[in-house]
Amino acid sequence: MAYEAVIGLECHIQLSTRTKMFCACPVGFGAAANTHVCPVCLGLPGALPVVNRAAIDAAVRLGLALGCDVRGSSVFARKNYFYPDMPKNYQITQYDQPLCVGGALTIVIDGAERSFELTRIHAEEDTGKSSHPERLHDRRVSRVDFNRAGVPLLELVTEPRFHDPDECAVFLAALRRLVRWLGISDADMEKGHLRCDANVSLRPRGESRLGVKTELKNLNSIKGVGKGITAEIARQTRLLEAGDRVEQTTLLYDADHDRLVVMRSKESAHDYRYFPEPDLPVLAVSPAWVEDARSRLPELPWVREERLIAEHGLPVYDAAVLTEQREASDYFEAVAARVDAKLASNWVMTEVLRVLRERGWSFADWNAKVPPERLAGLLTRVASRELPGPLAKQAFGWLPDEEGDVATLLERHGVRVRASADDLLPLVLAVIDENPGPVEQVLAGRTQTFGFLVGQVMKKSGGQAVPQTVQELLRAELAKRGQAP
Amino acid sequence: MNPASLWRLSAASLAAHVRSGEVTAAEAVESGWGEPASAWERDVRAVVHHDAGARARAAAAVTRDRALSGVPVVVKDNLCTTDLPTTCGSRILSGYVAPYEATVIRRLRAAGAVVTAKGNMDEFAMGSSTEFSCYGPTRNPYDLALVPGGSSGGPAAAVAYGLAPVGLGSDTGGSVRQPAAFCGVYGLKPTYGRLSRYGLVAFGSSLDQVGIFARHAADVAITYAALAGPDPHDATTRTGAAPDVSGWDTGVNGLRFGWPANLWQEGVEPDVVAGLEESAAALERAGATRVAFEFLPGEYAVATYYLLATAEASSNLSRFDGVRYGFRHPDSPDVRALYVRSRSAGLGPEVQRRILLGTYALSAGYYDAYYLKAQRARTRIRHEYSQAFARCDVMLLPVAPTLPFALGAKIDDPLAMYLSDIFTIGANLAGIPGLSVPVGLTTGGLPRAVQLLGPEDSEPSLLRFARAIEIRGDARRLAPGHETEFAWPTKR
Amino acid sequence: MPIRREEVERIAELARLELAPERLERAAAELSRVLDFVAALDRLDLAGCEPSVFAPADASLREDVPDGDRLDAGRATAMAPSAEDGYFLVPPIVENLNP
Repeated sequence: MAYEAVIGLECHIQLSTRTKMFCACPVGFGAAANTHVCPVCLGLPGALPVVNRAAIDAAVRLGLALGCDVRGSSVFARKNYFYPDMPKNYQITQYDQPLCVGGALTIVIDGAERSFELTRIHAEEDTGKSSHPERLHDRRVSRVDFNRAGVPLLELVTEPRFHDPDECAVFLAALRRLVRWLGISDADMEKGHLRCDANVSLRPRGESRLGVKTELKNLNSIKGVGKGITAEIARQTRLLEAGDRVEQTTLLYDADHDRLVVMRSKESAHDYRYFPEPDLPVLAVSPAWVEDARSRLPELPWVREERLIAEHGLPVYDAAVLTEQREASDYFEAVAARVDAKLASNWVMTEVLRVLRERGWSFADWNAKVPPERLAGLLTRVASRELPGPLAKQAFGWLPDEEGDVATLLERHGVRVRASADDLLPLVLAVIDENPGPVEQVLAGRTQTFGFLVGQVMKKSGGQAVPQTVQELLRAELAKRGQAP
Repeated sequence: MNPASLWRLSAASLAAHVRSGEVTAAEAVESGWGEPASAWERDVRAVVHHDAGARARAAAAVTRDRALSGVPVVVKDNLCTTDLPTTCGSRILSGYVAPYEATVIRRLRAAGAVVTAKGNMDEFAMGSSTEFSCYGPTRNPYDLALVPGGSSGGPAAAVAYGLAPVGLGSDTGGSVRQPAAFCGVYGLKPTYGRLSRYGLVAFGSSLDQVGIFARHAADVAITYAALAGPDPHDATTRTGAAPDVSGWDTGVNGLRFGWPANLWQEGVEPDVVAGLEESAAALERAGATRVAFEFLPGEYAVATYYLLATAEASSNLSRFDGVRYGFRHPDSPDVRALYVRSRSAGLGPEVQRRILLGTYALSAGYYDAYYLKAQRARTRIRHEYSQAFARCDVMLLPVAPTLPFALGAKIDDPLAMYLSDIFTIGANLAGIPGLSVPVGLTTGGLPRAVQLLGPEDSEPSLLRFARAIEIRGDARRLAPGHETEFAWPTKR
Repeated sequence: MPIRREEVERIAELARLELAPERLERAAAELSRVLDFVAALDRLDLAGCEPSVFAPADASLREDVPDGDRLDAGRATAMAPSAEDGYFLVPPIVENLNP
């Protein structure tokens, strides 16, 4: 029996606003426990929530970018359940009247575009953080920190349209790109800014009814999403093939051991008793607000990808890499305004991104040291062959740490570029004289040895010769002596 | 000015004396703590937290030129204060001192007033008699065998015997108006959203309002003016300035009051009806017109209320779990035990009853039949009030169906207790303001009262009508600042 | 419509309350009585009555600026029944619902 997996995703996006969803406590990482708290997010008696406009604006922009219907009125609701990291033992979320409905995110998988429909996006608050049990004095305890309690979250739910773990992983990567692109979340999955749960069910191929679905939690990396869902599909397949039924359970994915652990507490048994939040009015998002938010949307990543291909003639691969981060393509375009696009693309993709990785820099860090004009200055010399490859890379290495234009840098480091025929001809002649054997071979037709001769000239020049000039001179000299390669 | 008699003054008079320098803030603040007031406290037990040192410090910090400079205020123990505990009459908050103060408390201080004590209350404001407090009951100053009403019985009684000229309570279904009536003082429940709930421990979020107790209509007006207005900490407050109540003494000539007599044909004590008749006559003498009509019986409001208030409360009280503050059961081996044992031991029986009812009304399968239906009924009830106020400026009706009842009389009959709110609950459901107006004592020496209700933001009208009743409709006494004599409790 | 005691137990568990067995019967009876009373709402004509939406809708949203309400270090746990090093302490949480 062949089974088809049906998967839906629930993603939680932690917003990068300055303050929390319902109070003005700062949102930040690494603060000492329980220092970013106030009566509201600590659930003290008498405290009341007040909605953060910027968080709603972020939700509106995300909804617009994804083509959702952004609702003019939506309702906050209480989801009631007891848990130590819940300051009020209810979470303020949105239930049957969310902020955004519908929409879709298109991804490219196996070279083809696929659009995955969304069900909804709504705003809610994050919980505090509790630790695993530890021994303290004479007993075992867990610690609870409410710094994260109340941080704004957007919950994005997809329709159950995925059939393959890879689709889910690519979708999540695309979502991560988008929220970073819009500047609404840092989406660092290791820091929990982007979390993903999956609902997985199997059905016989051709069957239209859905099977029993399980909920998979703690898929906290792009790879983890693919592997966790794969593991769950395998588990359900084994059960069904053995003639057993799939139970509606919640499972945690343990990435370290690549295994699934069934949660003992039955979340499905919770009766959340949702009701509209009486402490908050209906959330009104006017048409004017929506239009204003729309006007503040940047060129969306997939639009820019297409434009880079169309306008700059870049290959699909380059456009994809450059649009992983908005700053990367912004930078690329600024450089490409001055030099050949493919040249700019190669250098940004390979060299600039490498430096960022090595140094742990952001694009802002890079831009402060090497604004686009500076890199363009270097690349102009590369394009005109004034600067050979190895030297260009060397000069590139100095750019982030030193001031001055390329000429200044080369001079400061005592580097000479030897590009003139007058300068290089003696070296070429010397190499021909010193290597009669290889010269014979080349003249006899062994073209590979030509490269060896070029290399010898480069060596003699201490890497300072422009290779194309060396090749031209060598060809000309060898032609005088016999067959030109 | 004899300091020994300061406690009898109205807030307006007291503040005037402090502003002029005749009286110091310290003398004003301490006025209720000497004899005879403190003797009353021994029997009435209105106060649950007080601190002489905190009082003195606060008095020393009073700004002298404010509307309520030097005026002592007793506030219900569910309003957060930073210098006195806030325990809501409950074991589960035993010893809790809030790290922040309620907005209304902050505004009281900005107006020069001093909070001198926390008043007793039914636990978490759930009750109509102040018998459900973990500190024991408060007694009615007019007859110590009777209840002072609830849930804000403490501040009501304290104002009645003279500990302070002004008190603050909270009113979710009548918890300011009913104890005001039982203790012979004024009790105002403002329009929903006009007084901030930030720092008021929530019971029924869409119903709760901070309310004002005083012995004179003028004092209600100046306190309201000091406290009312939008608060960025409370998203349910109305934006825009609160109604201007400075014209409270301008009479009711040409105004209309509704007379829904069908409501008290049955089940209302004769003394209460007599108070209504006298008040109506006084208003007519003052130039107002009586408009008789029928109004929706109160049972529907009570049923609606007991689903919505308990539903909201069941959720609001979930935060009392022994984790971050309050009582934690010493034997809590796991998280579930911590919750269950702390809550079961820390919350009283009436609170637990209401949490169960509210949880039930919200639970899967019952939400539509109970909570949702009650929300629809609420819309109907609001509509009824709107229609009534198309025909009159205010409505005149009872506060409670009975005079103050005996301690212990209703404590074993929850439903009977709930039905004593039958005239007050509607205003909370509709979000409209209500004012309990004292109308003298019965021949037996017990306070009588009537209630005025008006549309949203009609506090100015309510006070004008109250003032007209206060001066028995006698236009000759209609002069600004003219204080009527308060009918002090005498028997102990 | 009488409420069964199993129902009361389920509701009590949702509310994290524990009633002694002898109180369960009484609680069931009390609840039933109140629910019978609220059945009065069935007699009310609710045609055209949508559920009340209460809080005034003109409230403005909050700007994204930190304010002074934050509790000073240590104050958050000052009233805690059990705390250490700035953390609230609770009995061991074996399974993390909210990772």
